Amino acid sequence: MSQAATALTGRALKTKLRVEGIDMVFNRDGKTTSVLENINLDVADGEFLCILGPSGCGKSTLLNAIAGFLAPTGGRVTIDGEAVTGPDPRRIFVFQERGVFPWLTVEGNIGFGLFKVSREERERRIAHYIKLVGLQGFEKTYPQELSGGMKQRLEVARALAVNPDMLLLDEPFGALDSITRLIMRSELLRIWEAEKKTIIFVTHDIEEAVQLSDRVVVMSARPARIQQIVEIDIPHPRDISSPRYLELRDGIFEQIGLAHKV
Amino acid sequence: MNWKSRIGPVAFIFLLLLLWQIGVSRQSAAILPGPIAVLKGIVELVERGLLLKYIVASLFRVTWGYAAAALLGIPLGLAIGWYRRADMALNPLIQVFRPISPLAWIPIAILWFGVGDTAAIFLIFLASFLPLVLTGINAVGSIPTVYINAGRNFGLSHMGLVYRVLYPAVIPQLIIGMRITLGIAWLVVVAAEMIAVNSGLGFLIVDARNAGNRYDLVVAGMVMIGVIGLLLDTGMRSLEKIRSLRWGYSED
Repeated sequence: MSQAATALTGRALKTKLRVEGIDMVFNRDGKTTSVLENINLDVADGEFLCILGPSGCGKSTLLNAIAGFLAPTGGRVTIDGEAVTGPDPRRIFVFQERGVFPWLTVEGNIGFGLFKVSREERERRIAHYIKLVGLQGFEKTYPQELSGGMKQRLEVARALAVNPDMLLLDEPFGALDSITRLIMRSELLRIWEAEKKTIIFVTHDIEEAVQLSDRVVVMSARPARIQQIVEIDIPHPRDISSPRYLELRDGIFEQIGLAHKV
Repeated sequence: MNWKSRIGPVAFIFLLLLLWQIGVSRQSAAILPGPIAVLKGIVELVERGLLLKYIVASLFRVTWGYAAAALLGIPLGLAIGWYRRADMALNPLIQVFRPISPLAWIPIAILWFGVGDTAAIFLIFLASFLPLVLTGINAVGSIPTVYINAGRNFGLSHMGLVYRVLYPAVIPQLIIGMRITLGIAWLVVVAAEMIAVNSGLGFLIVDARNAGNRYDLVVAGMVMIGVIGLLLDTGMRSLEKIRSLRWGYSED
């Protein structure tokens, strides 16, 4: 299937993830804060979904609930019809704070999750994903000696190596400079095309969301609710100066309450 | 470091020694022996076969006391840090014991073990134990949550998490804590030997004074304590240069 078809028919495919009426309330120092309110969402198999919202609105909390790191106070998350009760190697979380292990080399990091496969298979996959993310020649390098973009690619490779169905990315490019960020976006699209994973990508960057995803879920400020879901019906590679792109982007800017002028 | 960057510090030390010698030789009252007298004292100790014997005696006590404290204290500290309830239960107790100087235990050490090696080793154990427990607790506490979460995400069992995430994540901090604690242990062995035993560098200092005011030997003992302390610290510091640990010490 071509990317264009995925983008256009994403929702017609089988449902991968279902978020049903999720609430999240935190109790801290006797104060209750409602972070998520009645979130309902279906994500199709192989879809690239962006969750977009202002900083601190609770979109990371939603992603943590999907990953199984946080149990929601109400509602439930199911993946392939199975309730999520904890973290699982079938859905790998890529952390915003650079979760690569500094005590392992590039090879060691990519092989980290491969403790259940044979030695040959492990080596084959390590070599494959090093190549996929373009880290050849850095096999024995420690993360400390890598650039920010390389570390983020390493983390994506470590996630892909265990062959998960889903990747959950929490503002993965937030700490990168703008040029590296652009490169990483097209890298991620290339990987998504090659690996056919369901991707849920949290960001506060409207352009990023419109460039990458099949659908953009626009969240409100805290307590976060789903404000709107925008389908991005532009085939990849996307022309970011095309009228349709600008129309969709500006629509979301308006939705969030920002006139797109500086 | 190459020889050019070393030459400055070495020259400075020689200058200080020279000033020391000049200062001592210009006045008659015996305030301090000069460096030449101290050097002669060290040579005398070597000739009498005492220096090596005392160094070995002191290192022997430190090794046993410190090793026992490390073997018990570090795993205990890691376990306390890992299980938050244990931390809540034991932390007040640790905080009460912590400000008690190991030297305050000397009478009790002698009461329990008599005058001898065991009492000195016990004191070193006490001096090292709590700092190492605290090192373990703090090292676990400062592991970033993302590492734990990533480990769980990849489906590690509880033991897998301990061996593949907790253990490598705490090593750099443990080495720092072990280095500082070894310094404390070395301080305490000298004090313990002044009271509880009749060999070792601490004993040398007290004995040299008691047996004829040999202040040249007193200062010789002090110099040896300093030099060995420096060597111990350098040894521990070299561990920090291991490539897979370097991430724990950089400013990045």
